[in-house]
Amino acid sequence: MHPARKQRLILVVLLVALSSAAIGFVTYAMRANMDYFYAPRAFAAGEVPFEKRIRAGGCVVPGSIVRDSDSLDVRFAITDGEAELEVVFDKILPDLFAEGEAAVVTGKLQQDGYVRADQVLAKHDETYTPPEVADSMVGNASCQGDAKI
Amino acid sequence: MSWQWFHRLGSPRWFYQKSSAWLPWLGGAALSLLSVGVVWGLGFAPEDFKQGNSYRIIYIHVPAAFLALAGYYIMAISGAIGLIWKMKLSFVVMRAAAPIGAALTFIALFTGAVWGKPTWGTYWVWDARITSMLILFFLYLGVMALSGAFSREQSGDKASALLALVGTVNIPIIYKSVDWWFTLHQPATLKLTEASTIDPSMFYPLITMIAGFYLFYAWVLTLHTRTMILQREGRTQWVRELVGASAPAKA
Repeated sequence: MHPARKQRLILVVLLVALSSAAIGFVTYAMRANMDYFYAPRAFAAGEVPFEKRIRAGGCVVPGSIVRDSDSLDVRFAITDGEAELEVVFDKILPDLFAEGEAAVVTGKLQQDGYVRADQVLAKHDETYTPPEVADSMVGNASCQGDAKI
Repeated sequence: MSWQWFHRLGSPRWFYQKSSAWLPWLGGAALSLLSVGVVWGLGFAPEDFKQGNSYRIIYIHVPAAFLALAGYYIMAISGAIGLIWKMKLSFVVMRAAAPIGAALTFIALFTGAVWGKPTWGTYWVWDARITSMLILFFLYLGVMALSGAFSREQSGDKASALLALVGTVNIPIIYKSVDWWFTLHQPATLKLTEASTIDPSMFYPLITMIAGFYLFYAWVLTLHTRTMILQREGRTQWVRELVGASAPAKA
């Protein structure tokens, strides 16, 4: 290769490597803020501030959904497999919200340790299955409550 | 090793003449795969047991996002080849790839928003995947703006190639964001190292659409590159002859 071209090749490789390293360090330094939500174990460990707008995500614990009989109020728990977090919500839940499915809630952590949510989003998983196939599977709750939500 | 073939590849005239034979094949193959994939995916693939019919947006969303990412590498590598070998054609390819990539990124963001409303319950969230994809859109727009911001064409070539190269760091971030951080967006369905988590009856139309999008991309990129070659080389003898021979005589 011509020496001048070789030099330009090295410069291009250096440019990509150095800019990648720089942005890599920035995202690493900001890693706590890169997460869209806290896992319930972060609440259990006391890492989440009270009375500030925060987000929490996890699997809706089966059997934990309690609906109020004469209002939209609903109470449920989410889990990451290590800890559980109580959530209280008073608006309409998204269609895909269900027991054993993941949900992301936005709200404020109360002193009593539960989250009063003003938004609940359903987080669907990456599997796609036709109904016939799904029926033949045992227990199709996709969210197993493991660390990777 | 002889680099002669490589330098001949860089001649806009050579590319213009050779590529006219590829166009009907590329276009024909792209349109047939896309029409088969659309009818198969939207009409015949079964619905998802949880999402119902709304999951069918995957047949546009995922191929568009694939090509938005792959197209960025095509643009950046073309820019790098242009910088290193001072090759005119590769800068033209880089410039031609930018608006196509921007359009595909927009399609991925837009279809994602349309898909998000019925499934997540919102059009938009600022999670790592969606935000990094928006940054990709701005990078494409930046390359387009920067390439046209200089009165000397060569300065625009160089500046936009540098921006395109710096922006490549965003591509692995977009791809891995769903694994590195908690995001609302679900992790990848099509996996390189393990089995994909999509039923085969839904997977085959999807892979048809992805192949169709790749060919469509190659077709549109070739067409756009040819147009830009004619614009850039407008003063050369071969373009004058080409245009003069086919254009009707002016009154």
